[in-house]
Amino acid sequence: MQDIASFIALNRFGLGPAPGEAEAVMSDPRGWIAAQIALRHREPAELAGFESSEAILAAIHTARVKGDRDTRKTTNTMLRKRMVQELLARARAMIATPVPFAERMVLFWSNHFTVSATKGLIAPALPAYEREAIRPHIFGRFSEMLVAAIRHPVMLSYLDNAVSLGENSPAGQRRRQTRGSTKTLNENLAREILELHTLGVNGGYTQADVIELAKVLTGWGHGGVRGRNAMRPVHGGFEFRPGFHEPGPKTLLGRTYPEDGDREGLAVLSDLARHPSTAQHIATKLVRHFVSDDPPADAVDRIAQVFLDSDGDLAEVSRGLIELDAVWAEPLPKVKTHYELVISAHRVTGEDQARRRDVLQPLREFDHLPFTAPSPAGWGDRATDWIAPEALMRRIEWLRRFSGSLPATLYPDQLLDQAIGPVVSDDTRLWVSRAPSGDAAIAMILASPEFQRR
Amino acid sequence: MFSRRAFLQTTAGGVLTSLAASGTAFAAAPTENRLVLIFLRGGLDGLHALAPFADPDYRRLRPVIGLDQTAGEDRGAISLDGYFGLHHALAPLKPLFEDGELLFIPAASTSYRRRSHFDGQNLLENGSGTPYGARDGWLNRAILGLNDGDRRLGLALGPSVPLILQGAAEVQTWDDSALPQVDEDFLMRLTQMYRADPLFLDALHDATGALKPDVSMDGMDDTPRQGRNFLMAARVTADLLAHDHGPRIAVMELGGWDTHFAQERRLNRLLGFVAQGLLELRTGLDGSWDRTTVMVVSEFGRTVAENASQGTDHGTGGIAMLAGGAVKGGRIAGNWPGLSPNALWEERDLRPTNAYESLFKSVLMSHLGLDQGFVETRVFPGSAGLSPMDGLFR
Repeated sequence: MQDIASFIALNRFGLGPAPGEAEAVMSDPRGWIAAQIALRHREPAELAGFESSEAILAAIHTARVKGDRDTRKTTNTMLRKRMVQELLARARAMIATPVPFAERMVLFWSNHFTVSATKGLIAPALPAYEREAIRPHIFGRFSEMLVAAIRHPVMLSYLDNAVSLGENSPAGQRRRQTRGSTKTLNENLAREILELHTLGVNGGYTQADVIELAKVLTGWGHGGVRGRNAMRPVHGGFEFRPGFHEPGPKTLLGRTYPEDGDREGLAVLSDLARHPSTAQHIATKLVRHFVSDDPPADAVDRIAQVFLDSDGDLAEVSRGLIELDAVWAEPLPKVKTHYELVISAHRVTGEDQARRRDVLQPLREFDHLPFTAPSPAGWGDRATDWIAPEALMRRIEWLRRFSGSLPATLYPDQLLDQAIGPVVSDDTRLWVSRAPSGDAAIAMILASPEFQRR
Repeated sequence: MFSRRAFLQTTAGGVLTSLAASGTAFAAAPTENRLVLIFLRGGLDGLHALAPFADPDYRRLRPVIGLDQTAGEDRGAISLDGYFGLHHALAPLKPLFEDGELLFIPAASTSYRRRSHFDGQNLLENGSGTPYGARDGWLNRAILGLNDGDRRLGLALGPSVPLILQGAAEVQTWDDSALPQVDEDFLMRLTQMYRADPLFLDALHDATGALKPDVSMDGMDDTPRQGRNFLMAARVTADLLAHDHGPRIAVMELGGWDTHFAQERRLNRLLGFVAQGLLELRTGLDGSWDRTTVMVVSEFGRTVAENASQGTDHGTGGIAMLAGGAVKGGRIAGNWPGLSPNALWEERDLRPTNAYESLFKSVLMSHLGLDQGFVETRVFPGSAGLSPMDGLFR
């Protein structure tokens, strides 16, 4: 029998108990979480063999720049098929993972540095972005993850930086002369870095800072920005384009950065990563994720301090989360995202060979396929983002069907203990026991508030 | 890594291997006969479907909800033999009885002797004699003896394949939606379960509109929609089974039989669905009806005495119904233990004098032509001591 602390470790920090996991956690819930914090998070075996973003983007851009319509279509179909395979592999990896806290952190940071298929062209490379820019850094330094994410060709495409030209750069001047454009700078990425990725919307920056950061980042692009007759070969990697870069010193948040080409952006990101507002912003989001939709100020301050003291060491920050008293005070303060619900339902029932119709189909019904967040802000992290009438009904419908397809050897009483034993309410226990059939009982366990929360 | 299946493996008391996976080869017996199994989940009160209205013990034990021939055909029992009478909602089936196409086996049950829906249904479906004793269903194992693997004989109606049809033999399913709507009974139960959590309760309430929070169990009616779904399933079943190259064995399900309260009102509606469903099958199967057996079963029966909520609680001896042109009907079969105090099982339930397993064996051997050895080793292993019921088929 689990206790409340094990339940919190397995569900709030993990992705719901997998068979046998509760026993492993029980003696030392905090230690179980902490043991998963390794400096280098290993990529799950399920994701081995999927192509790099460089290869995927090279194929996309080559077809776009050089290919005819049929080539583009064939390439696109092939790459999208591959992406769907990777989305399923990713779900299976999270269902089978022995380090669910690490996988939860992948989800958290991937959402923090959202890239989305709303930018259709680069969609096939989105899972690769997560593999390359997020996974290696979840327990590394925030500053390194920030650079890896922002400099990634997928991010530079998603937030339009690859086509941002300094007004006084050679390319910008040409553009202004030939097309009469008055504005060649694209502020999109710069704004989101300040508002979403680092300082936060109330982090103390101005519109002027946004423009200055946009200038700093001019020239950060990738090997797909080519005209039809360009001499340089198309490729899928990062590329600094000196001809796009705004020359001269830039002043941002009161500090002046001398002209330094490619390295200017690295210097600014390095400072932003260590800014107290960034610490506060990241701490707020983490505490919201691990404590409560309304993050208590003292817990936020504590995590922000760990962030600053450790120079953004996310291993230290993660340990700090485990040590928060507030984490262990309430068993069910959060609601699972649709993705977490799907993953945890598979984990708790031992379904480690998840099928498309039980992963991607319901996620499509929930309007929550991975990498399809509606905006760069990513998915929300409050109960009301997940439990609306229609969404709840779709959850129930899927859970009812899913329960009907499970092996009949799954015993409702035992599943109830395994899934929600330490927190089950009298109502839930009563109505599960009254369920008219075994699979209805399992559906009720999985549809219970206790299982849909964490 | 954790052992992924550790949890599942510890859940089963007995054999966990697929019973179908072992054993020697038997000759395939092709069949043109049709079998439709209708599983009434929740525990049908056999004494309400086929009431021993003339029995003084019945009147004594069921003073309020008992059916009475004198109450007239729209409220009481329709006498079949002066002792047993059909529930009035089953009146449309009386012509079938008179034509010899409908047969009742009262006081029937599986070998299960406790009172859990899950365990009782699981035992009925897996055929191993133990709840959770096999991970495939006996009807699926039977199909393995009927085809050479070249035709999908089984058909499941609804979004998922019930355990009784799960297993090595491929099974067709029919369902008309991507994410199936859940029935209102299930939503009503969730409403109860959610009542202490306003986030979930309000969302469900808004989503379902008409559902009101905190209703009593009296409100858990089965809706006309459930009836429509069932009749649609019957129509689809008949259509597919009638086809020359169609499936031969179908499983339909109907829930809502757990009538702890307000039994008469709820069974009136549900039994009406069953009657209409059987008539749909007969109409749709048309020329194939003569080769058809429809078998209606439930995981257990209910207490002989009524409770204080005009309902009945989980019991033991239930009922089985057989309909179809292949059935030697027009009668009430099996042994009837009676309702006297000494006759009752554990002083409360109808004694299960007729074994479902005997009925199932008879259906497999006499109606579908399965070899007895195959049935007793593969379908119902260890059932050799239980003889098949005699004389059920023409």
